[in-house]
Amino acid sequence: MADDKDVLRDVWFGRIPTCFTLNQDEVTEREAEPYYLLLPRVSYLTLVTDKVKKHFLKVMKAEDVGEIWFEYEGTPLKWHYPIGVLFDLHAFNTVLPWSITVHFKNFPDQDLLHCSSNSVVEAHFMSSIKEADALKHKSQVINDMQKKDHKQLWMGLQNDKFDQFWAMNRKLMEYSTEEEGFRYIPFRIYQTMSDRPFIQKQFRPVSPEGKVHTLGILLKEMYPAAIPNEGEQKRYQAVIHGIEPLLETPLQWLSEHLSHPDNFLHICIIPVPTD
Amino acid sequence: MPVSLLWAVDVYGRVYSLSTAGQQWEHCRDALMEFKRVTAAQQCCWGIACDNNIYLNVHASDLSIRYQEETYENQRWNPVDGFSDRLLPSDRWQWSDITGLQHQPLDSFRLPSGSWEWEGDWFIDENFEGEPTEKGGWTYSIDFPATYTKDKKWNSCVRRRRWLRYRRYKATDTWAKIPSQQSTLPDPFSDISCGGWELSEEPRGRLSLWAVSLQGKVWFREGIHHHNPEGSLWEEVSLPGEVVQISCGPGDLVWAVLWEGQLIVREGIGRDCPKGSSWVVVDSPSPDVGAIHVAVGMNVVWALTKDNKVWFRRGVNSHNPCGSGWINMVGEMLMISVGLNDQVWGIGCEDRAVYFRQGVTSSELSGKTWRVINVPRDGERSHSSASASSLQSAGCYFCGEVRGQSVASDVESDTEKGSTDGATGLVASDYPESLDAPADQTSDGPKPLIPKVTSDSFISELVSDRDSAKTAPSVLPEEDDVPGDGEVTAPSSGAALPQSQSGGPHDPQWSNVDLEEAQILQVQTGLVPESSDTCSLSSVATYTLAMEDQYGADEHPLWAWVSGGGCSVDTHSQLHWFNCSMNSSSLVQSVQSMSLSVSPAQTAAWRKQILEQLSERSKREMDNFRHYEQAIEQSVWVKKGCMQWWRDWKPHKWIDVQFALEQFTGPEGNKDGILFIYYNFCEEKKYLHAFINEITILVPVLNEAKHTFAVYTPERTKQRWPIRLAAATEQEMHDWLALLSVSCCDSRKIQGPPSKQAVWSITCKGDIFVSEPSPALEAMPYPTPCDQMFWRQVGGHLRVVECNSVGVVWGIGYDHTAWVYSGGYGGGFFQGLASSTDNIYTHTDVKSVYIYENQRWNPVTGYTSRGLPTDRYMWSDASGLHERTKTNTKPPSPQWTWVSDWAIDYGVSGGTDREGWQYAADFPASYHGYKTMKDFVRRRRWARKCKLTTTGPWQEIPPISLSDVTILPCATQSSSGVDVVPLWAISNKGDVLCRLGVTALTPAGTSWLHVGTDQPFKSISIGAASQVWAIAKDGSAFYRGSVSPQSPAGDSWYHIPSPAKQKLKQVSVGRTSVYAVDENGNLWYRQGVAPSYPQGSSWEHISNNVRKVSVGPLDQVWIIADKVQGSHGLSCGTVCHRLAVQPLTPKGQSWDYGIGGGWDHVTVRGNSMEPPRFRLPVLSQSVLQVKDVAVNGNAT
Repeated sequence: MADDKDVLRDVWFGRIPTCFTLNQDEVTEREAEPYYLLLPRVSYLTLVTDKVKKHFLKVMKAEDVGEIWFEYEGTPLKWHYPIGVLFDLHAFNTVLPWSITVHFKNFPDQDLLHCSSNSVVEAHFMSSIKEADALKHKSQVINDMQKKDHKQLWMGLQNDKFDQFWAMNRKLMEYSTEEEGFRYIPFRIYQTMSDRPFIQKQFRPVSPEGKVHTLGILLKEMYPAAIPNEGEQKRYQAVIHGIEPLLETPLQWLSEHLSHPDNFLHICIIPVPTD
Repeated sequence: MPVSLLWAVDVYGRVYSLSTAGQQWEHCRDALMEFKRVTAAQQCCWGIACDNNIYLNVHASDLSIRYQEETYENQRWNPVDGFSDRLLPSDRWQWSDITGLQHQPLDSFRLPSGSWEWEGDWFIDENFEGEPTEKGGWTYSIDFPATYTKDKKWNSCVRRRRWLRYRRYKATDTWAKIPSQQSTLPDPFSDISCGGWELSEEPRGRLSLWAVSLQGKVWFREGIHHHNPEGSLWEEVSLPGEVVQISCGPGDLVWAVLWEGQLIVREGIGRDCPKGSSWVVVDSPSPDVGAIHVAVGMNVVWALTKDNKVWFRRGVNSHNPCGSGWINMVGEMLMISVGLNDQVWGIGCEDRAVYFRQGVTSSELSGKTWRVINVPRDGERSHSSASASSLQSAGCYFCGEVRGQSVASDVESDTEKGSTDGATGLVASDYPESLDAPADQTSDGPKPLIPKVTSDSFISELVSDRDSAKTAPSVLPEEDDVPGDGEVTAPSSGAALPQSQSGGPHDPQWSNVDLEEAQILQVQTGLVPESSDTCSLSSVATYTLAMEDQYGADEHPLWAWVSGGGCSVDTHSQLHWFNCSMNSSSLVQSVQSMSLSVSPAQTAAWRKQILEQLSERSKREMDNFRHYEQAIEQSVWVKKGCMQWWRDWKPHKWIDVQFALEQFTGPEGNKDGILFIYYNFCEEKKYLHAFINEITILVPVLNEAKHTFAVYTPERTKQRWPIRLAAATEQEMHDWLALLSVSCCDSRKIQGPPSKQAVWSITCKGDIFVSEPSPALEAMPYPTPCDQMFWRQVGGHLRVVECNSVGVVWGIGYDHTAWVYSGGYGGGFFQGLASSTDNIYTHTDVKSVYIYENQRWNPVTGYTSRGLPTDRYMWSDASGLHERTKTNTKPPSPQWTWVSDWAIDYGVSGGTDREGWQYAADFPASYHGYKTMKDFVRRRRWARKCKLTTTGPWQEIPPISLSDVTILPCATQSSSGVDVVPLWAISNKGDVLCRLGVTALTPAGTSWLHVGTDQPFKSISIGAASQVWAIAKDGSAFYRGSVSPQSPAGDSWYHIPSPAKQKLKQVSVGRTSVYAVDENGNLWYRQGVAPSYPQGSSWEHISNNVRKVSVGPLDQVWIIADKVQGSHGLSCGTVCHRLAVQPLTPKGQSWDYGIGGGWDHVTVRGNSMEPPRFRLPVLSQSVLQVKDVAVNGNAT
């Protein structure tokens, strides 16, 4: 019998095979070979692409190098979304490996945040965790933690230490036995065809009448189009970590097990492939 | 924590129970009449009904209460008839008891009461001292009385045989009236209290039952034990005064309240004298206000005074049952009950709600606060009411203006009449007709008006109120009873007369329907009751209640009595009693996650789908891209600490060392590590290291002095010399153990729960270990050496664990509690990642710590605690080498806490005298339980119980305590998971049990089926083809015939004699092999077992120094052996594996030594993994044989 802990492991160790190619417009001294890498789904692009950067810098002149950014089929990739979210949102249902184009010039300021160092990622990551805990426990758990505990969460993610991360993160996933779950479920719903970056609202795991809220109830409330009406063709898929959980899955369980390390449940609504 | 019940009676006399797992009061509907009081033990509940009779409700159990009746048939030989029942005039009866003094023909045996039934007819016992007798079960002797043998000799002049018949107690889960067989009946009972089950080590069922009669006499019920739940007779206990209420604790405390308001304490209660010897008077807590109620527990006394104040008695223990002083507690109560673990319940004075005393622990017996139990009652239409006015009237009743005792009349509207509507059937006539009342009135006029404030009178009042509410005129003196009820009047006036309880043919034949009609009539005609002489508040209150009753709401039940004697609550219990809103009730059950409580999350479709999709995703996204580089490189990770190390060289001692664990990820992505121990040797820095992937086991060795653990590698297992380390604190040790354990598992790529094939073992400390067998473990000719097996720990504390290959695993704790494996892993100190999130539960165990009191005899003073200078300590451990006094002896480790006081242990092998002493010529020697001229020393054993509370992947299977269990080792993998798995067990009383409904999906099964035996059993094992073997207490073996899936319990036992002069103690049956171990440590193999002759022919000796054997589904043989030689010393309790066991050589050839010492139990009955088959070249056969011979030569 598989344990729920296996789910955590599977989520953590999810990898996306990626092929990085240098943008044609970049000036190179010699031809740049593509670079192949397994990207952790739960991490962030700028955090795990030191090797990519090094690889392409070898063929470039130092003066031509600006801040690195990534693009997939014309869409600049927001580094502050988890890699898995970027993939599910833009490249789900495509052929692997995921082909990402690397840019060193013409940074799209209107689309992307700058990321000068890993400390920017850390700040973003920690603020997400804090926001999530504010929703879940009125920030009580994260505030009770010490500085080194926060560091442990970050180092766990940075160094891909599942044990290290979860030794601390499990405290963030607890709730007292008197309650039926978190205060609110930290979630974000992403969609490709929208100007809004994502949907985020306050949503409880259990209704006032004591009814357990499921993924389906959440989507119905937040994004009714994601749920096909009776007799209708399914138009959208709700993807989390590259899988489509059943709509009757309890939201609390999803939040505990399928959240990203930033403690948010990232749900991608993508159109069903037409072919 | 097993579910147990809190019992209570409301003011209308209805009995309710509240389960520790439940959230509502369950109405006990089979109570056919109103009850005044209840007193509960864990296995039963006693009550006084309003007919003043005592009723007993024995909770149903899969294990029925059986009693073996026996009688002897005696015959003498004469030349004419041969053996015949014509005896000499001086001889005993033809049918007699074992002594021959009592005449006992078969038809003289009668069932003791209507609550019993015969199980079958008389039969002859063919077993004599563990041996089957010749036909007929006769045993022969020269003359009566003499020693009997089973062989008939030339001088055998007499013979006898034993006849047996069983009777069974059938009145379970129902209120059965205790028959009053005496002619001099005690007068009607008004109070009752049971306890005393901790007095002796007897199996659960022995009770002391104390009762108080209306006249203030105290009675003790003799002979209540587990074969005789009803007891045999009432014995009056002499008294210094008139008692109104009594309370008996689980141990030796008995307190009672006198009419005048003092308390009396029973002294001299002990194992041999549960009735005690004398009373000591203790003054009321308050000089002005007398005591009214008392409740005692194991070590506590609570009392109430007439002003409802609550008092706690300081300094009570078994040496000083009187205690030393009173402490006034907060709160005002009407009554108090002390239950198991000295937990306290009470009924509030203001609101008549049931309160629970929160925060009562062994260190803080007085607890912290009163907390009201606020749960609804089950959905019966209730006619109770809780309006303010009735409350007030109830209150003012109690606060003073209560008159003499009322007596509910005794009308035998009892069960046998089969009345359909059990709720009624009672006519109560109010007070003055108790025997003494008229006398009181005449001799002492005002007396009836003086409040005789006992809680009892109060209850009776209320009970009768209830009836008055229905049958108002019955409040009137009985001669005014309604016409037409005349028949009722006669017995009801006789209520106070002792004879009234006899029932019998004089019972009025009236029906309930009549009564109901009469009541309606009465309500209509007599709404305002005219109390004749002593018109008092009672009737007013009655009236109020009666009015309220018409439209009362059921918001707030009024309670009259509560008993926690059967309710097992401790500090770890999670009760859902306190703020229960109706709709949340289904949600609060789960500790872990909400999803669990809502649906069985483990089996939910959505969960299954997520797991499937995740593995599909991994396949899709990663399988073809394994060769890609990882984005994040793994690095070395070091954790350091300070420890002490038991150094390798002599003199051995603890030295400070630096300890470091270096973990890294190998080239293949596998995790590994090295353990370093840096120490100084002659001022030179040195280090010792162990590769994490070579460590085979980490064993915690908690003791009172140090927090140590042992690290074994195969090499160190061979040496019997592990690396022993000590951490500074328990927490530090647990952190290190958890970390090292995770590290070891990672390096061996072991994660998640143990497999179905896992080998389980238990150390002498009760720690549970599990090992994943490789297919090569049973390979031939080169199996994996036993010392290379990797063991990881699982939370919990057990004495026995048994499993089979479909994943059913059961364990038995030191306290005989049965546990079933839940499918999780970790628990205990394995927190977080080393443990599964689900399937981890609270796990408790209780064991005894023993110390010895030693004394030497000298001619002047007799036995004293002054020994010779060469003697052992006068207080010592079993060996005598270490001093162990009562005060300095600590629980085995900090995880254990004391739960009892020191008590003399009479259950020592060899027997003891009445004070627990065993005598011998000198220390150390063999001890016996009686004194002879040659004995100069004596000792006795003291025991103290301690309790461990931890967590583990185990769920308790209440309520029957077990001593052994066995599960059919299914060799064939059944995939469905619904096949029934045969599981047999022995209860701790020696009953053989067969568990029904056990499957891979429901490993706990559903219920027990009791399999009758003529004597207690101690070991059992079921092998392939449903061969069930068992060992009886007398050391002989039994084979159970005709066991099959269709007949899971089989039909009869076949007696199999033990090996000559040996008493067997344990048996294990595999596919075809049957092995047994005797009490002298010999291992025996059963020869000649064949499908056509499953009993086999004889026992063949295999090995000595064997403590336990486990035969697996492949007939593999594993044992726990003693005296195994290692390079650094002998070890006791070593796991060993029989080598060269083959279908044609089931006895094997030699032993391979694995982990140990200190191991107590191993089971390989889950390992059905067939070893890989080798085709050996013919040439090497001879080499193999040579090797085998060599190995054999080394065998013990």
